[in-house]
Amino acid sequence: MIRRNCSPMTEANHSQHRYRALYRIRRFEETVLEKFPTGVFFGTTHTYLGQEANAVGVLECLQQGDIVFSNHRCHGHFLAYGGDARALFAELMGRATGVCAGKGGSQHLQWKNFYSNGVQGGIAPVAVGMALAEKFKGSPAVTVVFLGDGTLGEGVLYEALNLASLWRAPLLFVLENNRIAQTTPLELALAGAIAARFQAFGIPCTELDTSDVEPINAAAQELLGRVRSGDGPQALLLHTQRFGPHSKGDDTRTPQEIENLKRQRDPLPIQAARLTPEWIAQIQAEVDAEISAAFQQALADPFPTAEAL
Amino acid sequence: MAMRSVLESLNQGLLRAFTAIPSVYLLGEDVLDPYGGAFKVTRGLSSAFPQRVLTTPISEAGITGLAAGMALRGLRPVVEVMFGDFITLIADQVLNHLAKFRWMYNEQVTVPVVIRTPMGGRRGYGPTHSQTLEKHFIGMPGLHVIAPAAIGDPGDLLYQAIHKTRDPLLFIENKLLYLLPLQSEEQADFTIETLPGADKPAWNGLPESTFPTPCYRLRVRGAPPATVTLAAYGYMAHIAQQAMLELALEHELFCELIVPTRLAPVAAGEIRASVARTQRLLVLEEGTRALGWGAEVLAQVAEAPGAGLRAAARLAALDLPVPASGALEALVLPGAPEVIAAALKLAEKQTLSI
Ligand SMILES: Cc1ncc(C[n+]2csc(CCOP(=O)(O)OP(=O)(O)O)c2C)c(N)n1
Ligand SMILES: [Mg+2]
Repeated sequence: MIRRNCSPMTEANHSQHRYRALYRIRRFEETVLEKFPTGVFFGTTHTYLGQEANAVGVLECLQQGDIVFSNHRCHGHFLAYGGDARALFAELMGRATGVCAGKGGSQHLQWKNFYSNGVQGGIAPVAVGMALAEKFKGSPAVTVVFLGDGTLGEGVLYEALNLASLWRAPLLFVLENNRIAQTTPLELALAGAIAARFQAFGIPCTELDTSDVEPINAAAQELLGRVRSGDGPQALLLHTQRFGPHSKGDDTRTPQEIENLKRQRDPLPIQAARLTPEWIAQIQAEVDAEISAAFQQALADPFPTAEAL
Repeated sequence: MAMRSVLESLNQGLLRAFTAIPSVYLLGEDVLDPYGGAFKVTRGLSSAFPQRVLTTPISEAGITGLAAGMALRGLRPVVEVMFGDFITLIADQVLNHLAKFRWMYNEQVTVPVVIRTPMGGRRGYGPTHSQTLEKHFIGMPGLHVIAPAAIGDPGDLLYQAIHKTRDPLLFIENKLLYLLPLQSEEQADFTIETLPGADKPAWNGLPESTFPTPCYRLRVRGAPPATVTLAAYGYMAHIAQQAMLELALEHELFCELIVPTRLAPVAAGEIRASVARTQRLLVLEEGTRALGWGAEVLAQVAEAPGAGLRAAARLAALDLPVPASGALEALVLPGAPEVIAAALKLAEKQTLSI
């Protein structure tokens, strides 16, 4: 986890760190999709390809003790939080060394103050409760919860928005609108405006339509500042693009459509433009080696045994 | 000493928990004084602990999720669901969130949430405010279900649950229990023995939350050895006691009644032990029959090696919604006359039609 507030990084350093964080998620997820057909992973997966700048931009603002609640598309959030690639691979492979020793799998992670669950919407009130608990305990910790556009269809989310605002929970809602839920485009699932949903509960909503990690980070920094100073919950609506399938092999969009998205909205070239080619090459080589080693180590890790039950 | 009611006992249990444990919070609808909750179990709490008693919007799932988050972060929240009928609204939170977290996150977290709710009929509240729904929450790995009767100290049971549980726990309070006086071991008509209770190993190796969930054995005072075992919890135990007296006095049929307070994980050990003596088992419940608590208890007793079961039956509500009219409600929910008839039938005693 990069902590802007804690590290006296130069601008160049900073850009490198961010590129590394973005590229790390990219390589991890590409490896997942590439290796899935070989049968090394259990269940399914939801990759974060295309959305990397959201996790990196937002979670860079975290301070010690802050909490993250993530959803089914949690790999990117976990890695940006500082999670270990080997432990995540191992979790997907159902190994004893996995984040949750193979009990949770791709969507159910818990490490330090990071949590994820794969039931749409249900995590929202849980995150509100966490934020309130920290407030009641007098701790300075704030909570960030990630939600997708499709999850706006779940009723319990609106109970959570109401409660969060009513009791001024120190919480940032991050709504990643990739305009699709599994195969259903936003137009077939959503009436009205997304920002207005938050605003109706008195939760200010900042909206961004970019794949550039810098403005995302700046917005998150600003909003988390407000959350920390006791202004109550805030919402960050990030319009974004999913490059990969919903899980695997289930993309109903045309290849042409996806190619267009990649050309226009890839966070990596945007961030790479801030680095020298040498740095890009070096970071890529280091991360490639890290991810490949993590994969191989996880593959050699033992499966859990009956005692784990 | 004036006899305490179940309501007073529960109320005192809550007050005690708030006094002793600074991390206890309560979330529920209309729980603030002077109203003090729909059934008054929380009366006085908000006056004594205004910061920790939170009256909530009508958002059962939301507040249950909130409680989960609070528990994950070190607090010990208590949720009051105003009517047990509404636990369907919290089912996803309980099943896919609260009861999952500890195991799914490989024991890296605990979720000590107590969800209390008044359950049951016989007050004419009609089909959506009279049900007995806890059977739908029995068999969820990771969830404890506890139900006090008017025996022992329900408030202490609640206190222990709040204080000691590491897992989500559903605490079922039958509404008709509230005004009943607590019975003690000196009870005139019955001898009451407290048995250790839970015999059931935890789910898949999860250690049990360590607090006693007693099981009670009641016999009509001075009666000869029982030939029928009755098993019941909550208010059905009270009905069973009425039936036992009449069975003893009018029909010379002697029963012993086993009253567990732990419903899940199902603990049938004391019932099994009783059946080993009587060889006849009648399981009583206020919920509908199919796939209920009684079905599970009966199955566990029958499965035990050398169960010695000669006859068994379940008495439950009819498979109908609970009617509002008292005249109809009495036909749908099992009462003492039905218990008596079922026990006589089980014991193959002749009886007039009821
Ligand atoms: C309650 C619930 N319903 C359905 C699903 C199956 N499901 C998993 S992800 C998903 C789409 C979610 O879309 P969105 O919230 O937009 O997130 P995205 O996948 O786009 O990141 C669905 C329907 C689920 N996990 N939970
Ligand atoms: Mg989406």
